[in-house]
Amino acid sequence: MLSDYIPIAIFVVVATGFAVFTLVFASLLHSEKYNKVKLEPYECGIEPITDARDRYSIRYYLVAMLFVIFDVETVFMFPWAVIFDKLLLFGLIEMVVFIFILVVGYYYAWQKGALEWA
Amino acid sequence: MIDQFVIPLLKIVVVLNATLLGVTYMVLLERKVIAWAQSRLGPMRVGPYGILQPIADAVKLVIKEDITPVRADKWVFTAAPIISMVPALIVYAVIPFGPTIHLFGRPVSLYIADVNVGLLYIVSVASVGVYGIILAGYASNSKYPLLASLRASAQLISYEVAVTLTLVSVILMARSLSMVSIVNAQYNAGVWFAFVQPVAFVIFFIGGLAETNRAPFDLPEAEQELTGGFHTEYSGMRFALFFLAEYANMIVVSSVATTLFFGGWLRPFPNVAALHVLDVIPSWMWFLIKSFVFLYIFIWVRATLPRYRYDQLMRIGWKLLIPLAIANLVVTGIVKVLIA
Repeated sequence: MLSDYIPIAIFVVVATGFAVFTLVFASLLHSEKYNKVKLEPYECGIEPITDARDRYSIRYYLVAMLFVIFDVETVFMFPWAVIFDKLLLFGLIEMVVFIFILVVGYYYAWQKGALEWA
Repeated sequence: MIDQFVIPLLKIVVVLNATLLGVTYMVLLERKVIAWAQSRLGPMRVGPYGILQPIADAVKLVIKEDITPVRADKWVFTAAPIISMVPALIVYAVIPFGPTIHLFGRPVSLYIADVNVGLLYIVSVASVGVYGIILAGYASNSKYPLLASLRASAQLISYEVAVTLTLVSVILMARSLSMVSIVNAQYNAGVWFAFVQPVAFVIFFIGGLAETNRAPFDLPEAEQELTGGFHTEYSGMRFALFFLAEYANMIVVSSVATTLFFGGWLRPFPNVAALHVLDVIPSWMWFLIKSFVFLYIFIWVRATLPRYRYDQLMRIGWKLLIPLAIANLVVTGIVKVLIA
């Protein structure tokens, strides 16, 4: 039922309004005494030399890709779990096949060292 | 009209206020409990035994200078705390604090909304919070926040897989995604799901610690390596929003753990009529008591355990919790087929 979501929509508006309101409210009250050094990025007192948005470790990309794969597969299991009582053995075998394929990929990623950090 | 807009709005205002009050006093409780664990007194100056400390903190944060670094991306820098804060609050929309009760002669349900995909809603909304962290690190354009936000997001998404898998085994038990139905399923089963799904509960709680960036998984805020974490460049009210979001998320994890594994608003042994005397405590009170126990454990764990290294953290998430969660799911399915 779409009308079930009306309270959630109201909540989103109220929560966003609250966050914006506090920021505006604080910006009216706070003190402002800026100078050049204060507005520098924090780098332990040393002047920053390059842009911070540099290249970073490939590991993070690997983790992100693995997450997408695993999370999508997990979401497939949600509807399966809801009607599991009607499917029983059939549903179990189907899902074990599905999970088996997932586990093969997981094992491959493990052996390739995708899960190693150091 | 009244049922559709006014009553939900009233409930939202109550829940929002209760959450913010809970968050501010959670901070005080944390400082006090950690102080006691270390044989200190904690905050004692503001009010008797320091109970007005949160108010002093709030006033301080509001009137503090709010700095936007020159190199920062100004709009994203301001939007990031809002993106962090809003999901942490709107998750409460589907958490049931109690059943439907009668108040002033009209039935009032002690939850804001009971959608039939409640659990999916929680999972999806909770993951939006990651964007706040990523954008905060990126918009700061400073090295420490960027590194910390990368770490934080990698940590969040790693543990999210294991947590979501444990939720599937809860759905197997409850046969529904609606939070109210999950509590009712525990009433009908006569047992809290923590006792039929202990492995799932333990994985959920460890994942909850990691997803709220709490000790022993507080790598994103490892101050020896990363100064202040992803909000190093933040100050004033924008910092306060991140702070509120973090503690609001802790309350969310506690409430969800209570609902899924410890019977939500149900009293202990909900089916045993002999324990009727326990009903003197109203249902929402049971919910708050159980959630409070979890919040206390959060603080207790922080006071007790040292921090993990980053490679250890990733190893626990990917090589221990995920296989365990998958095995738990398959075993649950097999047992259900054997019983039926």
